[in-house]
Amino acid sequence: MAQYMLLLVEEPPDFSKFSPEGIQQLIAEYKNWRNRVAESGKLAGGAKLCDEGGKYLSGTGDDFRVTDGPFAEAKEILGGYFMIEAANYDEAVELARDCPHLKYGTRIEIREVQPT
Amino acid sequence: MSSAPETAVQESVDHLFRHHSGQMAAVLARIFGLSKLEVIEDAVQDALVTALKTWPYAGFPENPQAWLIQVSKNKLLDRIRRDRHTASLDTEIKAVEAATQSLSVADPIYFANEVGEDQLRMIFACCHPAIAKDAQVALTLKLVGGFAVTEIASAFLVRADAMARMLSRAKLKLREGGVELEIPDPAEIPARLDAVLKVLYLMFNEGYSATEGDELVRADLCQEAIRLCRLLTAHPVTGTPKTHALAALFFFQSARLSSRQDEAGDLLLLSEQDQSQWDRRALVQAMDHFRNSASGKELSDYHLEAEIAACHALAPNHSLTDWPRIVNCYDLLQERRYSPVVELNRIIAWSKVEGTAKGLDELERLSDRLSNYHLFQVAKAHFLAEIGQFGEASRAYEQALAIARNEPVRRFLRKKIAHIGQHSVT
Repeated sequence: MAQYMLLLVEEPPDFSKFSPEGIQQLIAEYKNWRNRVAESGKLAGGAKLCDEGGKYLSGTGDDFRVTDGPFAEAKEILGGYFMIEAANYDEAVELARDCPHLKYGTRIEIREVQPT
Repeated sequence: MSSAPETAVQESVDHLFRHHSGQMAAVLARIFGLSKLEVIEDAVQDALVTALKTWPYAGFPENPQAWLIQVSKNKLLDRIRRDRHTASLDTEIKAVEAATQSLSVADPIYFANEVGEDQLRMIFACCHPAIAKDAQVALTLKLVGGFAVTEIASAFLVRADAMARMLSRAKLKLREGGVELEIPDPAEIPARLDAVLKVLYLMFNEGYSATEGDELVRADLCQEAIRLCRLLTAHPVTGTPKTHALAALFFFQSARLSSRQDEAGDLLLLSEQDQSQWDRRALVQAMDHFRNSASGKELSDYHLEAEIAACHALAPNHSLTDWPRIVNCYDLLQERRYSPVVELNRIIAWSKVEGTAKGLDELERLSDRLSNYHLFQVAKAHFLAEIGQFGEASRAYEQALAIARNEPVRRFLRKKIAHIGQHSVT
């Protein structure tokens, strides 16, 4: 069993106009997917990354620089990730295909974690 | 049993976020005052969005309600800090911290009572005489019910921007002061409570009687009216016999909500409805409130309407309905405030006792005032068909069809006309 990371790429949506009912619906969809994967013992973790803030670091020593980014207005940012367990890419794709992020986000990138 | 309709109460569990949103607004308004209503609504939305970004990944908190109230309170303090840089801020925040000490999540029963009371205060504010009558229902749905502007607009068949303007005018009244966030004094209760009950009555009817607009939202209006009415019945000051009468009426009506339509979504007459499909759990609740409504001296319209609904709901079948008792209730209602529409209903019940031919004569007396009301024509057609005058009946249905605007009703009428056509041939 290998670990796969689902990188959730999105254009941050404006939730300020979402109704409470709409927000609940959205949470329920994510929760149902998460529970389904968890119940089959294939969920290894996940987190949402904050839409605001973020820093780019580069260089060393005198060249070390810090800049702000990616900005929330950016077309596509990494919004969060899920970690799942799967036998191979086929199974990982199968698990991710009904993840609600495909409905609300832009796309999912799947990468296998290098086994140590 | 498997096809038993779900109760309104059970379904209301599905609208947690709406309810939480109303609760947050009520609690924050008590702590920060109605003058902060605008930022309070923003903070509530912020908290919901934070839940949206956290819960799918980290799982649900143990007590979502307390979590949301805590987060929305912090969001609101952040906003106030950002907007203000005065020295008085520290004392203001200390006062808020002191006030929120009482948000004791550790004691869930106390906590629930407290939030319930906050919501009652908010209901009274939304139904305050300073708020325009036609805005009160919408404002209650928005601030107490947690409905979105678009949802309210679609329930009332108005444009979202028009609804938004009406709501912001009403909210301005709340922010300007003059409306206290309180459960009124016992001396004021009769008049103030009447206004609240009227708003809930309108809210329920809006969801119950019309068949246009968004079906789901309309069902939600009924559920919300029931939920708020139960909040009122549970409180010692507002749980009057009249409030119980209204709750009984709601539960009797909602018990037959899902049997009003057939599987294709077409309307069914009361006599065509399958009484075994009526929601037993709602009937039990209805009877409970109905008993409690009988404890005082006061007889209200709600008592009479609940009694009529009870007669329908408790009859073993349509033909065994206690029609004389229903006629008596309509008579009493007519003495209180005459209305031709109530008269129409009275005549329909009366005809079950006295016979269709007499009913038809009585009906003619109303034709001046009601001939442009489609249900008058439907009743007339029904009577005519019963005494075998199919040609006349068909014409009355045609007239109803010329008046009726909404599609399920028009479908119903076309079906009736086709049905009568078969009769007159055979």
